[in-house]
Amino acid sequence: MGIDKLLVALFSISGIAFTYWFFLMKKEKEVVATSDSIDITVDGGYQPSVISVPVGKKTKLNFFRKDPSSCLEEVVLSDFKVRRHLALKKKTTIEIEPKEKGEYRFECGMNMFHGKIIVK
Amino acid sequence: MKEVKKSFQIKGMHCASCVKVTERALKKTPGVSDAVVNLATEKAQVTYDSKKCTPEDLAQSIAGTGYSLEIEEKPFQSIDEEKKRELNSLKHKVIISLGLGVLILWGSFPGLMDFSPEIFKDSFVQLILAMPVQFWAGFEFYRATIPALKHRTANMDTLVAIGTSVAFAYSVFVTFYPNVVTNLGLDPMPYYDVAAIVIGLILLGRYFEAKAKSGTSQAIKKLIGLQAKTARVLRDGKEIDVLVDEVKVEDIIRVRPGEKIPVDGVITEGESSLDESMITGESLPVDKAKGDTVVGSTFNKTGTFMYRATKVGQDTMLSQIIKLVEEAQGSKAPIQRLADTVSSYFVPIVIMLAFFTFGVWYIFGPQPAFLFAMLNTVAVLIIACPCAMGLATPTAIMVGTGLGAQHGILIKDASSLEVANKIKTVVFDKTGTLTKGKPEITDIIPLNTLKKDEVLRLGASIEKGSEHSLAEAIVKEADDQKIKLEVASKFKAIAGHGVEGYVGKEQVFFGNRRLMDRENISFNEVFEQISKLENEGKTVMLLAVAKKLVGLVAVADTIKETAKAGVEALQKKGIEVVMITGDNQRTANAIAKKVGIDRVLADVLPDQKEAEVRKLQAEGKKVVMVGDGINDAPALVAADVGIAMGAGTDVAIEAADITLINKDLQTVASAIELSKKTMRTIKLNLFWAFGYNVILIPVAMGILYPSFGLLLSPIFASVAMAGSSISVVSNSLLLKRAKLL
Repeated sequence: MGIDKLLVALFSISGIAFTYWFFLMKKEKEVVATSDSIDITVDGGYQPSVISVPVGKKTKLNFFRKDPSSCLEEVVLSDFKVRRHLALKKKTTIEIEPKEKGEYRFECGMNMFHGKIIVK
Repeated sequence: MKEVKKSFQIKGMHCASCVKVTERALKKTPGVSDAVVNLATEKAQVTYDSKKCTPEDLAQSIAGTGYSLEIEEKPFQSIDEEKKRELNSLKHKVIISLGLGVLILWGSFPGLMDFSPEIFKDSFVQLILAMPVQFWAGFEFYRATIPALKHRTANMDTLVAIGTSVAFAYSVFVTFYPNVVTNLGLDPMPYYDVAAIVIGLILLGRYFEAKAKSGTSQAIKKLIGLQAKTARVLRDGKEIDVLVDEVKVEDIIRVRPGEKIPVDGVITEGESSLDESMITGESLPVDKAKGDTVVGSTFNKTGTFMYRATKVGQDTMLSQIIKLVEEAQGSKAPIQRLADTVSSYFVPIVIMLAFFTFGVWYIFGPQPAFLFAMLNTVAVLIIACPCAMGLATPTAIMVGTGLGAQHGILIKDASSLEVANKIKTVVFDKTGTLTKGKPEITDIIPLNTLKKDEVLRLGASIEKGSEHSLAEAIVKEADDQKIKLEVASKFKAIAGHGVEGYVGKEQVFFGNRRLMDRENISFNEVFEQISKLENEGKTVMLLAVAKKLVGLVAVADTIKETAKAGVEALQKKGIEVVMITGDNQRTANAIAKKVGIDRVLADVLPDQKEAEVRKLQAEGKKVVMVGDGINDAPALVAADVGIAMGAGTDVAIEAADITLINKDLQTVASAIELSKKTMRTIKLNLFWAFGYNVILIPVAMGILYPSFGLLLSPIFASVAMAGSSISVVSNSLLLKRAKLL
């Protein structure tokens, strides 16, 4: 095997390893809702994407969509039966009142960007 | 003081002075603290005290200047505008990128380039043509990729951005350093056409997808559009037109022929024929008179009538329907779980496969290995379509729940649809569901020395305090015969048995055979008479005074006209139909026979219905319970799918998975058909979306090359990719045409 092939093999293997590490091994920082509302920026995903909220309390999720991609134009909180259009460069508030502790996912309309609500 | 800031559309302006005039008029309106009018957007931002001034006052001020201010805020208007802008911009990008792409292709594609002007064959010209496509039309892919990568996430845009950037970057290198490429043993050919055409085609796909997707949410828009805008309300003896939002409960409203009914209420005067099809799905007009309820947003056809508003704003039936449909569209079907899991890992896995493809082709592929490796890597990145998987279930749910709403079928959530699809048994509650729930007295049989009137008087007097539908029938009969009733004392209703109490000094028991058994009152002598009546489908109530049987009262409930057809429609689908009732076996059997039901669960006390449903489930069947929710809410909850009929009560809607607004029993079969069709669409979508990726990603990697010499060009990959999401959304839209019966 020529040196070029060896280098390409190395490149491919490290590319695979890097992709795995970069996308699938990231640790999400959990942000605790300190008041009755929390701001979430929608830009290439959700920031913060892991939110912790208290059980049995009304919490307002203020989504602010900066990203024009059609992928992120809707947000879906299926456990709370909410599918909402997020207007571009505007705040859209979704109020939730989780009745049970646990983890609830939320995602974009096409199910490509995800976030998590941890109810404690 | 309650200051609000609202935006209103102003029509008729065409110059800067119009802006000044309208601004001044708005600012002069009492209660307005600020007003800014924008000519370009034709909008006025008004800050005003909502206690001192209403949007109508603003409209009046503007009307005085010769312009008009639109009061109603159209829901979806901003979304629609945003969508329109997005579609327009996409259209321009598609036309320009495909136009430029075709020119580049003309100058570079073997065969075509022989007929091309020399200028298009020049790599530098191709670079100039490709740049706007890559960085202007394709900007949205980078715009989405960069913040996503910052947060260590990726989506389809990431794949397109990487794929086209690889092709573009290689081409730039070839353009500036052709000798280096030649020295490496490669033909110095750029691939600007790949980058440009791929971007053009993916944007074209996105354009069609966005157009189709807007069709999936039309049902809600239609429902919102049903709302009446104004109401003619009687205030201080005068009839005035007010906005529908300003109608209050207890307002008396006049509705003339050809008008929409503004809010829910009860007719106080007059009569008319109403078209309720938009809410109930029933096409025949319904006659309404004093005392009947009317539903907001339905259409008054012939007469004029007055009615009292009972529900306004968010409480009206239409608002409730919109809320239910919106919630159902936000819910998720369990079948989507697999797609959810896959989509979490999909894009990173495709990027890993792209690295793998590059390595394998470079190391083991034929010469020129680098070009094969690069083009196949680009094809893998381009063909992967996570969108189709993401759209497969929600678009079908949106169309399905919307279609349901049009037919008067309200689905609580997507999982109800999924379960309803697997139903084997449907249990109907008898009273109020199969029958009208308005029983009438058919026979009064006095025993001993009592007269008919006396039996009726005692029965009606004791039942006056009861809320049972049978009680209502007997009291009505006494009223009709103008029999004077007495006030009963020590009245007690015994669920599933009857009532007891005192009429005058006499202790009276009035109820079914169970009550007589309980009180040790013999009815053996009239057993045959009772059997005969019961065999005719009548419910027999026994009247005992001082623990002695004194009379029989037979009551019959009218079977709904649609009951037989409703049962038949279900049986045709191979679904077992069961009737559940508190009636005794004989009466129940007689009614069941009339509607064509073979299996009857009789003598079931209200609190036992839930247990009976569970027994059926224990037979391994998925059970639908259909009831009016008045005394069967626990059974509705216990069933796999609870269906509440005839708008029911709030309790029933809360307890039910599916609410049928109309009273046509065939709608039960329609609801099941809807769930079957929606699930079929979802399954086909998922099969298509998964199958597409599972088959075509390996093909793009070159799996067919060793045996068949087949490779997928990145341009073809982009055609297939654009086609996959469009096909999924279009398949969901096909559901709109589904026939439910």
